[in-house]
Amino acid sequence: MSQLGIVYALLGAALAVLLAGAGSSIGVGIAGQAASGVVSEDPSKFAKVLIMQLLPGTQGIYGLLVGFITLSKIGLLGGGMADLTPQQGLLVLAACLPIGIVGLISGKYQGMTSAAAIGIIAKKPDQFGKAMLFPAMVETYAILALLISILSVTNLQF
Amino acid sequence: MFDTKYTYAVARIRALETGLFTSSVIEQLLACDTEQQCLQLIQEKGWGDADTPLNAEAILSREQEKIWETIRELGVDMSVFDVLSYPNLFHNLKAAVKDACTQEDGRTMNIYYEDTAIPADEMLEIIRSKDFSRLPENMAAAARDAYETLLHTRDGQLCDVIIDKAALEAIYEAGKAAKDSIIRDYAESVVAVADIKIAVRAQKTAKSIDFMKRAMAPCQSLNVDQLARAAVSGMDAITEYLAGTAYAEGAAAIAQSPSAFGRWCDNRMMETMQSQKYEAFSVGPLVAYILARENEIKTVRIILSGKQNGFSNDSIRERVREMYV
Repeated sequence: MSQLGIVYALLGAALAVLLAGAGSSIGVGIAGQAASGVVSEDPSKFAKVLIMQLLPGTQGIYGLLVGFITLSKIGLLGGGMADLTPQQGLLVLAACLPIGIVGLISGKYQGMTSAAAIGIIAKKPDQFGKAMLFPAMVETYAILALLISILSVTNLQF
Repeated sequence: MFDTKYTYAVARIRALETGLFTSSVIEQLLACDTEQQCLQLIQEKGWGDADTPLNAEAILSREQEKIWETIRELGVDMSVFDVLSYPNLFHNLKAAVKDACTQEDGRTMNIYYEDTAIPADEMLEIIRSKDFSRLPENMAAAARDAYETLLHTRDGQLCDVIIDKAALEAIYEAGKAAKDSIIRDYAESVVAVADIKIAVRAQKTAKSIDFMKRAMAPCQSLNVDQLARAAVSGMDAITEYLAGTAYAEGAAAIAQSPSAFGRWCDNRMMETMQSQKYEAFSVGPLVAYILARENEIKTVRIILSGKQNGFSNDSIRERVREMYV
């Protein structure tokens, strides 16, 4: 029974890293296509479009962070693995889900918003600040999910 | 879910749009005293290539070629743009039919468009061998009909009417089958404007209602029967009919002058394309870019020929089209 608890907890950590990472890779991929389109015509805009491309990359970092905290919480990193009941394991899994799911969805949509904002930079490079705000808005919800996942994982008592 | 397959292409087009002529560049061209000054200005703006001679036709032809070179470089499915190439393709069919029915050699007269889906030589060979089944379905029947009509009646105009109508029908069908609304809007606009042009010209040359119905292609935004009947009644009847349709401004342009009407036709297309400036993931911006470039080349051609023939700036300005950017 105790093995099942740790399996659930590890599944939670894996989902946080996997889903958020997938969201970021989709987002960075979409923004990267747009960035390549602009740089192929105007290489001087490389730095600006690179920043735009990186914006959807944060979800993957948030997922990694939650994954680390979870592994640390269950004692996998320190060597003394906690003896979790299945219920406790499921609690850890539930705590990891917000950043996993929100990271996946927000990563993709932030990538699309970044791609659209790269269109602004292509035509009006002086509007870089404003253009960056649109994809940054999507980030808000990834941060909210990160907050809840971290608070949940760190405050679980076992 | 959104389709992101045009992300790279649209971003590249956005970067290219910064090179499109704005109305202030058009004003600069108008302010030039001679055609040579205009040519120098457009060459400074990057038109033509380093080895292109300073001559209007060479520069404009090179720019026309550049449009499709750019689109091909984007790596998107080119069949989406078939609808835009139909006018040139059907023009080549018309040229090939006339070429095959006469003793003249059309290849030496430079009457074909190059770079079409069916190369000019192949088109001529198909028509000469009367192997119409090798043509696409939407061309074969019209090609046979036009060829036999020209052979038996020697009526070049009738031959043109048959092929032009087939071209309009092909554009309209391609529009209806297209997934992208921009292609549907384009097809509807092209067919409707062509029908209006037919009505106006037929009215001026006193053609019969049967001739008009034979030439006009049906579309959703116009009733071709009513338009043809109006054209028989007179120019006022055409403008009156159009006033009740989406082409009311066109009616005012017809009343003003033929050049104002021509300008309205092109401006209307650019107006239809304006919404594509805000699209980030569809084929729309690519279609808009092609049409914007063609519109730009046409406008520069008008200015250059105006300057060459010593027209006044006002008279050239009356014909200058609105720019996309």
